[in-house]
Amino acid sequence: MYPNTLKDYLRESRLFRARAGTAALIILLLLLLLILHLAKLQITDHAHFTTLSRDNRVKVEPLPPTRGLIYDRNGVILAQNLPTHSLEITPERVKDLDRTLQELGQIIDISDNDRKRFARLKSHQRRFESIPIRVQLSDAEVARFAVNRHRFPGVDIQAKLLRDYPLKDVTAHILGYVGRINKRELQSIDTSSYSGTTHIGKNGIEKYYEAELHGKVGLQQVEINALGRVIRILESEPPAPGMDLHLTLDASLQRVAMEAFAAENGAAVAIDPRTGDILAMVSKPGFDPNLFVEGISSADYDALQNSDDMPLFNRAIRGQYPPGSTIKPFIGLGGLEMGVITTNQKKYCPGYFQLPNLSHKYRDWKKAGHGSVDLDKAITQSCDVYFYDLAQQMGIDQLSEYLAPFGFGKKTGVDITGELGGLLPSREWKRATRNQSWYPGETLITGIGQGYFLTTPLQLASATATLASRGARVRPRIVRSIRRNGEPDPQEQPVSQQLQIARHSDANWDSIVEAMLQVTEGARGTARLVRNEHYRIAGKTGTAQVFTVKQEEKYEEEKLEKKMLDHALFIAFAPAEAPSIAVAVIVENGGHGGSVAAPIAKAIMDHQLLKESR
Amino acid sequence: MARYQPSGLPESNPTRAEGLLADLHLDLPLLTGLILLCGFGLLVLYSASGQDMTVIERQVIRLGIAFAVMVVVAQVPPATLRRWAPWLFAAGILMLIAVLVAGQVGKGAQRWLNLGLFRFQPSELVKLAVPMMIAWFLAEKSLPPRWSRLVIAGLMILVPVLLIARQPDLGTSLLVASAGIFVLFLAGLSWRFIGGMTVTAIPVSWVLWEWGMRDYQRNRVLTFLNPERDPLGTGYHIIQSKIAIGSGGLFGKGWLNGTQSYLEFLPEGTTDFIFAVLSEEFGFTGILLLLALYLAIILRGLYIAAQAQDTFSRLLAGAVTMVFFVYLFVNTGMVSGILPVVGVPLPLVSYGGTSLVTIMAGFGILMSIHTHRKLLPT
Repeated sequence: MYPNTLKDYLRESRLFRARAGTAALIILLLLLLLILHLAKLQITDHAHFTTLSRDNRVKVEPLPPTRGLIYDRNGVILAQNLPTHSLEITPERVKDLDRTLQELGQIIDISDNDRKRFARLKSHQRRFESIPIRVQLSDAEVARFAVNRHRFPGVDIQAKLLRDYPLKDVTAHILGYVGRINKRELQSIDTSSYSGTTHIGKNGIEKYYEAELHGKVGLQQVEINALGRVIRILESEPPAPGMDLHLTLDASLQRVAMEAFAAENGAAVAIDPRTGDILAMVSKPGFDPNLFVEGISSADYDALQNSDDMPLFNRAIRGQYPPGSTIKPFIGLGGLEMGVITTNQKKYCPGYFQLPNLSHKYRDWKKAGHGSVDLDKAITQSCDVYFYDLAQQMGIDQLSEYLAPFGFGKKTGVDITGELGGLLPSREWKRATRNQSWYPGETLITGIGQGYFLTTPLQLASATATLASRGARVRPRIVRSIRRNGEPDPQEQPVSQQLQIARHSDANWDSIVEAMLQVTEGARGTARLVRNEHYRIAGKTGTAQVFTVKQEEKYEEEKLEKKMLDHALFIAFAPAEAPSIAVAVIVENGGHGGSVAAPIAKAIMDHQLLKESR
Repeated sequence: MARYQPSGLPESNPTRAEGLLADLHLDLPLLTGLILLCGFGLLVLYSASGQDMTVIERQVIRLGIAFAVMVVVAQVPPATLRRWAPWLFAAGILMLIAVLVAGQVGKGAQRWLNLGLFRFQPSELVKLAVPMMIAWFLAEKSLPPRWSRLVIAGLMILVPVLLIARQPDLGTSLLVASAGIFVLFLAGLSWRFIGGMTVTAIPVSWVLWEWGMRDYQRNRVLTFLNPERDPLGTGYHIIQSKIAIGSGGLFGKGWLNGTQSYLEFLPEGTTDFIFAVLSEEFGFTGILLLLALYLAIILRGLYIAAQAQDTFSRLLAGAVTMVFFVYLFVNTGMVSGILPVVGVPLPLVSYGGTSLVTIMAGFGILMSIHTHRKLLPT
């Protein structure tokens, strides 16, 4: 079997050596080729690959700032940031989303609502932003996920601060709430200063003071691995937290006001006439703003949105109601100041008023009539006929001219998003919006705060405060001071006096205030229920018609459904000698101002004024 | 040309240590090269594994087993190996069939045979059995082989290659095929035939592409041709690996300082892509050192083949050495992006067991061939 001849053996040996040599040559050639290729990668293209390598591992991450806190005037916290853990998914980093969700569900409870919210958020989210699938994880859930984390690339626990409103519905309408930034908002914000920030003020103070509350974004350079997990921080520029707001609001007063409404719906605003500080501002019913922070479920939202009580509606600044008889002190004052009437002048009230040559009877609320009425009695007993007559004497032009400086028909400019301006009717307004001329009858009903006339509770309170401060009108404000970044103490916001209403005679103002005192103190005052020995209240009741009673028809309260009942109003300030609080209360479908709205105003004033003397 | 002569006994008077090596039938230069290479490999593996000592311990145990196998094989005289060749080959083929029928599935391919006590990958045995068989077959008659014998030898290669490709294991079937073809080449396969085969290869590869390959294998080839085709899928590996190599530069980022591997951008950093880790941390100089070690081992292997006393030994030794080179070239080529990703480890450096034993058994054969030289029978 070995080669049988030496010659064969030598030949084969030579052949093999030739082949082995060839093989060695080929091997050397191939190795050289390899080395040249590697030299190209490592030497020629070194800089290029170094850049790629650095890009690979270094990522710049935004550090979202901590949102500023909101306190009431006594330092009670109204909006805070609670640390929570949420389970978040970055859809772009997940291969099979359905499977991931299903497998996640095996270790952490994920409800249908969670899934729905996730799907909704996912449909309008910035790319490569993580979306919560579960919020407020328990410690046990955090631990359970941590053990399984390697199974879920693109899924992570986020420790973050969740906005929380501890007083819930009590402050809901004032504070508003934050929610996740949506696509529309994305277009209006500076995206770089919001990188990393997921929430934005949607309403109320949270929206109005968004710039102050948000803070300044920080940046950090981090080293990440192929799965996108941060390995270490290379460099960082810390974020500047948002500014803290200190409100003029008194949380305890706010709660008292809220509770005073009991089951009624409506709004109440209490203002310090000296500064414009809003001490309390209630819109009933409220809602829990915390529901909105991580995305409200559609069932909850529908329930709020479709409720007949309209809990999401901020009645205090957006509810527009006819002022009713609460307008009478202002018109009475206008009559005096413009020299149309005097305090002693008397009119006869037969229970109705008729324009010359017209048969239409403008009724007084008291069918039998008030008989002989002077201004004081007209305000105390709220005689309509007196004011029909006064309005007719003044005419619509003088009426609206005198009422405008009190802020009727215009936004007060309060620092809360969403305020509406009400409506002060005038000849020009009617022509501009309806292209109709003004009818004399419309002047009459404007004189008793009905017809086109609309005010918001805030406007009414502000006007009352202006009356209380003898014409010094101050813009209502909700933020008293702001603690800016780096400053130890909050900085007081300036009180902005808007204007001083011309005073012809202080006696005119005194007699109006005296008449308003008689409303609560007089034997026949419409709000004598709130009379008390501790302080004196200057007030005026009002009733705003929800629907019109036809001529010759009798208004029967019992037959009407609650929804059709008149709105009850009450405005007041106290103590009458040196007013420190002005209040406007509207109770929707409450009936009579004196019996329903006035006690609520009294509860507010009691808390504010008696607390100080305690 | 003196080796075959009757006086051809060990060249010099052995010292005591050399005497021990001779008694154990070990070749000192080859052994030195292997130990240095394995040592370097452990160093890189320590870094690639994220400084995981359990990985190092396991690899050391595997290396120990592999070296033990080498020593055992080195004791078997070439004549015995030659007698075993047909039987090993037959056993290998039978086991490959058994794997396809009753093998265990791992990572989507059927490669393992459970023998009760341990799992066994028959394709590893075949890597050695095929060159042994072809060498045995060709050594029967004088060289260069005739056409008819070439056809038979070709079939002997084709059957195991197809069986392994069916598993599917492209890398191993490639290695087995090359082992067989190298024997043919060293036996003096005519250049005309080689040219003819190259021309035939084109339609055959088309047939393979159409019917012989799985989707993932096709993807690998396509991705190789254009890695950016799928930068987040299969191309990702090659791109990241090239970044690792390129960013290593002339002197590397330093041992334990490779960002690509530490941050898990490199896939399979301890196994198939360990060369990228080495390139990133030790740079071009490190690569030259590694390749120099490999080259020394390969040249020693070819020298041993050239010094061998009979055709079977020569062909086998030469083929084993060249297969070793194929491992090296295919692995470094795929990691650096000049060859498709076919799942071939960097020999003696990549973490992992089975091929390590086969490779060291191959070196055992080389040592046996070199140390069992003796007087030729007349």
